Amino acid sequence: MSLPGSIRRGAIVLGLAFALITPSLCADNQPGVTVANSEVGPRTLEPLTRTAVIRDYLAAWQSLSQAFDRDNSSQLSAAFIGIALNKLSGTIAEQEKLGLRTHYQDLTHHIRLTFYSPEGLSIQLLDNVEYDLQLFDHDKLQATHHVQAQYVAVLTPTEVRWKVRVLQATPE
Amino acid sequence: MRRGLPSLLILLAALATLASAQTPSFDWPKHVTAGKEFSVETTGNGKAVLYIIGVGQVVGREVTLGGRIVIAADELHNAGHYTAILAGNASEPVDFDVLPQAPESLSFLAKPSRVAVGLHDGISGVAYVFDSFQNLVLAPTDVSFQLSVGGAVQRTISAVTRDGVAWVRLDSAPKAGAAQFDAHVDGIVERRIVQQVPGDPCSVHMSARKAGELIEVETDPLRDCKGNAVPDGTIVTFTERNDGAESTVDAPLKRGIARAELPEHDGAVISVATGVVLGNEIRWRQ
Repeated sequence: MSLPGSIRRGAIVLGLAFALITPSLCADNQPGVTVANSEVGPRTLEPLTRTAVIRDYLAAWQSLSQAFDRDNSSQLSAAFIGIALNKLSGTIAEQEKLGLRTHYQDLTHHIRLTFYSPEGLSIQLLDNVEYDLQLFDHDKLQATHHVQAQYVAVLTPTEVRWKVRVLQATPE
Repeated sequence: MRRGLPSLLILLAALATLASAQTPSFDWPKHVTAGKEFSVETTGNGKAVLYIIGVGQVVGREVTLGGRIVIAADELHNAGHYTAILAGNASEPVDFDVLPQAPESLSFLAKPSRVAVGLHDGISGVAYVFDSFQNLVLAPTDVSFQLSVGGAVQRTISAVTRDGVAWVRLDSAPKAGAAQFDAHVDGIVERRIVQQVPGDPCSVHMSARKAGELIEVETDPLRDCKGNAVPDGTIVTFTERNDGAESTVDAPLKRGIARAELPEHDGAVISVATGVVLGNEIRWRQ
């Protein structure tokens, strides 16, 4: 079975991109990542755009983890914008007020891009993510819990990168 | 020995019952609605700290075991996945989801803001549906997109959201003017204005007349192929060729007409063009 040229080229570029990313993902504390080779539309998603979106989305989880772990919402603005930035910053403010810290260690991401808007100003993905959650109350570990959840994320392009505008878990 | 065994079993059963009664636990719902009050029955006794942890919100407070924990309206208003933890006891953390409320607002993006008339799939609209707490409403929701010009509806398309988003592509209307592009959900309307401008001229025709020592050339009013007047400022080029020499004048449209003056040469050929549209030719005879 032969694939159309554009799909084959796209698969090669995506494969190369992830071959470059994979060594860092396999390092300690880096999540395992798979990206479904699904059709995205209505706008055609170029392989380089796809790679950039995935890279920036995964970086957003790292920013989230660090910001929640340190109760430092300023670390969010590099990766989040709009509603997501407001909500996550609000949660960190609540944590700080209560003397809590949470540590999110994302373990795996199974990502499927689902929508790329006609004018190219938003892209949506679904992520089946597994992470370990640790809760600290005044630096005392209260609980460790393994979580499996599906998140929907909407990203929008900014000057230099894609930023997460909506990050919300979908019900089971 | 035979009498002692039943007594021992009864004692063990009583201890197990007592232990079970004192081990705190709660019966947490799997789903709750954002911003709605709900309550949870607990067993056990004494005090414990309840944590509700998610990236959307964090709650932490002391609760009394053996009674009902009430989570007040608005205490949990951000939709998402949460973990409820009763600290300091053996009960397992419980995962649950906070679901969005009904649609309350739309994030509607219409592009472009200016488009040529009669363009196939020339206008796109994308609507993200949110509840009153800015939670993305993930349940399939009907969105109606409507394009109107001058109060007359040109086109209505319905779409169902998928993971909170619906989109359409529409042809621009044949008539120039400001079009209202609306997205409707359950009585919520978001409006954007799309300026529909005439397309390229459909044809160009000029006439010429003597004006002293010069030739004055003038186009008929320029219109696009839908009959809309081409906007003023559009450049029309007049070219005069005579004995291998060529002179060119660019003139902007004013009130739909372009005018220019060219030197008078007997036998000169004058042509007119605008954009990719070529007009008529005139051979000038004195």
